Amino acid sequence: MSNFSKQSLFSRNELCGLIVMAVLLLLVLPLALDGFRLNLVGKYLSYAFVAMGLVLCWGYGGILSLGQGVFFGLGGYCMAMFLKLEASSPENTAIQSTPGIPDFMDWNQLTALPWFWEPFNNLGFSILAVVLVPGLFAFLIGLAMFKRRVGGVYFAIITQAIAAILTILIVGSQGMTGGINGITDLRTLLGWDIRTDSAKFILYFVCVFFLLGCLVLCQFVLKSKLGRLLVAVRDTEERVRFSGYNVDNFKIFIFTFAAMLSAVGGAMFTLQVGFMSPSFVGIVPSIEMVIFCAVGGRLSLFGAVYGALAVNFAKTTLSEALPEVWLFALGAMFIAVVSVFPNGLAGLHRAYIGPVLNRYFGSTVAAIKQKLPSRDSLSNSNPGAQ
Amino acid sequence: MFDGYTSSELMSIFAMQGFAGLILFSVLVLMALGLAIIFGQMGVINMAHGEFMILGAYVTYLTSIFFETFLPGLSSIYFFVAIILAFLAAGSLGAFVEWALIRRLYKRPLDTLLATWGLSLILQQCYRSIFGAREKGVSLPDWLMGSIPLTDIIEIPINGLFVMCLTLVITFAVYYVMQRSQWGAKVRAVVQNRPMAAAVGINTSKVDRMTFALGCGIAGIAGSAFTMIGSTGPTSGQLYIVDTFMVVVFGGAANLMGTIASAFTISQAQTILEFFMSGSIAKVLTLGMVVGILMLRPQGLFVLKIRR
Repeated sequence: MSNFSKQSLFSRNELCGLIVMAVLLLLVLPLALDGFRLNLVGKYLSYAFVAMGLVLCWGYGGILSLGQGVFFGLGGYCMAMFLKLEASSPENTAIQSTPGIPDFMDWNQLTALPWFWEPFNNLGFSILAVVLVPGLFAFLIGLAMFKRRVGGVYFAIITQAIAAILTILIVGSQGMTGGINGITDLRTLLGWDIRTDSAKFILYFVCVFFLLGCLVLCQFVLKSKLGRLLVAVRDTEERVRFSGYNVDNFKIFIFTFAAMLSAVGGAMFTLQVGFMSPSFVGIVPSIEMVIFCAVGGRLSLFGAVYGALAVNFAKTTLSEALPEVWLFALGAMFIAVVSVFPNGLAGLHRAYIGPVLNRYFGSTVAAIKQKLPSRDSLSNSNPGAQ
Repeated sequence: MFDGYTSSELMSIFAMQGFAGLILFSVLVLMALGLAIIFGQMGVINMAHGEFMILGAYVTYLTSIFFETFLPGLSSIYFFVAIILAFLAAGSLGAFVEWALIRRLYKRPLDTLLATWGLSLILQQCYRSIFGAREKGVSLPDWLMGSIPLTDIIEIPINGLFVMCLTLVITFAVYYVMQRSQWGAKVRAVVQNRPMAAAVGINTSKVDRMTFALGCGIAGIAGSAFTMIGSTGPTSGQLYIVDTFMVVVFGGAANLMGTIASAFTISQAQTILEFFMSGSIAKVLTLGMVVGILMLRPQGLFVLKIRR
């Protein structure tokens, strides 16, 4: 039994966790919350993609990227560009001096669509671009950095600089990117209005399914040989290198993978919220994404999802009620997760809630286990021995 | 890009932009010096460095108000008092932070980064609650106003000149303290070999605390100088933190000469580019160039060879 559970994708506890999460996200929340709140949860869940990527990249790989907002933003922008082009059909934009191009381009005296916008008329290309553009960008960054053995804090600072550069670039080239306002006023996806309540309801479920799918995929990566090696690289990089593995390639892979996850989150964000702007790309949002992962527990995929939900929920509630307290709370969270509870919510769960659950449910499970062989013995003899 | 300028005008533009670059260079050096001491000597990433700088700026602001209200006769020299107060305030806050937070995290640099980011958020909100969200400026004494005309076109603002002199003094002081004093020798010994330094009787944890406090104190002075050329808001520190880190990393950590050289390169590149294109593109080009060079040469411009 123990041998089998080692090889399976999810251990018993993890399977329970997955089922609890699926029930919570697919049944409890949609039934308990109204459309507006559910849409908010969907928005939080799109951050959970980033947090899961950080669990892989930072928690298991030991690579702290402070530029995940770059990939979140690139994914979101790819999606937003397609939606914007659909929203600016010549009929919709007839009042502009150049009909058929997005409104902000018209305001900035552009008369033709820039070349890199052209392919985003195609949905298939756009969906591919959501994953591949940030993936390729991350691959190039990873290739340049890890091959040169840049790591640790240097990597963190350079990714932060990249986040700064991209934000300045987006804000600076207003005519091509929408500038500080971002790409707004998105309407339809292939003629399907994404602003209606029913569309938001459906998009929430799409987001949850993608999230659970990505969670299983991440679990697969972690349970594979690659996942084990990743932990080894994090703990003693030189030893793995001397054992004949090409450490750089593992790091490049996991960084790229995390970037792609963030990008999917960005695309889901754009679809559910209806706009994308540089305020989700820069230094501050990028480092806030790290806190989602850290609060959830940097070694727990489930924790990442709950962390993203909890931090964002706290942010919305606190900044509505007591705006001046929110930054104090966020700052305290940063300090607490590194000094008091480094394993986050998942660590608390493991230390306090897990044992209690095991005491109550463990006995039930043990009873079931005892019953299992007795079911075999049912056919043999003595059914009333229980 | 050079169309429409005569050669003498072009020379003047370069001279003026070069001087503007020198002022930016001075502020960057002052900020980066503190950071280089903390990051280079201790390996600690202090994301709250900008907030220590802003603390110095607010202390200067308070001192200027104090002098205007109670000692109007002496208000022309309030600035020298303010620099010392800023150094002491930022330094003692630094020592407290080291004692309360940083010393528990020496083995985990990435965690220090996150913790100090949290600290920076808390400090920002403190400033906003105490001083308000609006930017504050100080009134310069008369002798710092105006500018010295060199030629018809070129003029040198006096406050900029003062900031440059201040930077020069602080840089030499830091150099003296780190390279020539007994205490500097202890700091360098701890950096190069911590167990051996402890074995010969150096109190390494005390050295750590004083080093951190010194770095923060210099940030306070930087903030004080910053009020001479710009106004201060609660989030001003965050605007400079990435630039400053790029300066330190680009120069090669643990090397004061490298820090100065890289601050010079970055500030000059940025101000000269700024004149010919939009500020944002100039910034993108400068930062992009630095990132590119760091990818080719990850250890930075200058490297101190030490055995870890």
